Amino acid sequence: MKKLESVIRPHLLEAVKDALQEVGVVGMTVTEARGFGRQKGHTETYRGSEYQVEFVPKVKIEVALPDELLDQAVDAILKTAKTGKFGDGKVFVTNLEDVVRIRTGERGELAL
Amino acid sequence: MDAVSTKVALDTLWVVVTACLVFFMNAGFAMLETGLCQSKNAVNVLAKNFIVFAVSSLAFWVVGFGLMFGDGTPLLGLSGWLLKGADNSPAMGEAYAGVFTALNWTGVPLSVKFFFQLVFAGTAATIVSGAVAERIKFISFIVFSFVLVAFVYPIGGHWAWGGGWLATAGFKDFAGSTVVHSIGGWAALTGVLILGPRLGKYKNGKINPIPGHNMSLATLGTFILWLGWFGFNPGSTMAADVNAIGLVALNTNMAAAAGCLAATALAWIVLGKPDLSMILNGTLAGLVAITAPCAFVGTGSSVVIGLVAGVLVVGSVLFFDRIKVDDPVGALSVHLVNGVFGTLAVGLFATEGGLFFGGGFTQTLAQLKGIVAVGAFTAAASALAWTLIKLAIGLRVTAEEEREGLDTGEHGMEAYPGLVAEPQALRMSEA
Repeated sequence: MKKLESVIRPHLLEAVKDALQEVGVVGMTVTEARGFGRQKGHTETYRGSEYQVEFVPKVKIEVALPDELLDQAVDAILKTAKTGKFGDGKVFVTNLEDVVRIRTGERGELAL
Repeated sequence: MDAVSTKVALDTLWVVVTACLVFFMNAGFAMLETGLCQSKNAVNVLAKNFIVFAVSSLAFWVVGFGLMFGDGTPLLGLSGWLLKGADNSPAMGEAYAGVFTALNWTGVPLSVKFFFQLVFAGTAATIVSGAVAERIKFISFIVFSFVLVAFVYPIGGHWAWGGGWLATAGFKDFAGSTVVHSIGGWAALTGVLILGPRLGKYKNGKINPIPGHNMSLATLGTFILWLGWFGFNPGSTMAADVNAIGLVALNTNMAAAAGCLAATALAWIVLGKPDLSMILNGTLAGLVAITAPCAFVGTGSSVVIGLVAGVLVVGSVLFFDRIKVDDPVGALSVHLVNGVFGTLAVGLFATEGGLFFGGGFTQTLAQLKGIVAVGAFTAAASALAWTLIKLAIGLRVTAEEEREGLDTGEHGMEAYPGLVAEPQALRMSEA
């Protein structure tokens, strides 16, 4: 099993969610997040003085899936979250040791 | 009813209704100031704006009104404490017999005269709260407000409106650019200087802006103030005078509109974007500036006065920040700078006696005399009051309380419980 953590642009959440569901992802966890990468922050002004907003608002999507769905899921994210400009975000892929469904106690892929 | 009692009834109705509009300006100030401050201080800013009118009501009733309008010397009134003393209002002029001779030009009952003047005194006091916001102790603000409305405001006011020496010298201030706004502004300035800037506002020689937390509230507040000004200026006729109230309302509105547009344009050109807080301040600047001249000038002059006010307010917001005088809401730029300008504008633009209308320098000099005298007195008296309060009970909250927010520190509660506050570091760099 794999875990995908994707940091994306907030306004693309709907599109990424739909695309992931289409390839068979059945659940996800979404968090409002802030951070910076190559996009860096941006400048805002208030009453004539500039200030730096260093942490840009992003959305983080966490998805757990069986190994065979990995490539399709990553493709789905790349297709929907990409604008080609700095700030599109990243997908972090990690091996997932175990999953437990709290309601039934099922483990592993049965719990996905 | 005969014609005389009909006039008294209509005048009374007019003055009470406009006084209620001015009272509602407290809500405007509360929303404007809260919106332009941080969410961690919202309860404190709201509490100050709310309680200040209650404090003013007591202070003005007990001593303020007597000092301001009671018969006395050219320097201060000496009668009419607690509204006591002979008075046969609504008798007017020669027929008036009582201790409030300075108000014998208006034919309404004494209770109405007091109520109308009270909401003005309350306005002067509430100007201070925004400038000293986000660092002053709640109790210290309450004590200062009492002193301001009981003693400082009425003495300056007596000189101009209470039959004092400035009135005798020909000084004109129709609805209070000096009496209300400059007095509030000077009191605020001395408070800001003695308190010092908010923590983190000026670091390493750089201005570190602290954005307001709710521009929607600030905008609502400014709309309420604009509306309230239609009570403030036209009501200052203290009579349903058909020749005056419409023109005064129109002049008031045109100056507000011109101030709004001038500030917007200047902010757009100089700062790159039309900053909403500047748009709001510009509107208020036009309103403050037209407050003294609104009954003495034409509508064209009102537009010019508003345009100048809008330019002045943007320039002075930037100026005060440059010299590290920290005023979170722009109260000094709006009320002090434009209170002074509006008072001067009477001398320049008055259709009768104004410098630009062939009246020579007489009125302008009278105005300058009033600006300097009231300014010097208010600054000195306020500085003394702030200093005494500082020595007795302290003025400023602890640095720790200021960082955590005055809401929990002063009041033990939050404005928005349940909402996770945004950490400062996420909003801006700690430059």
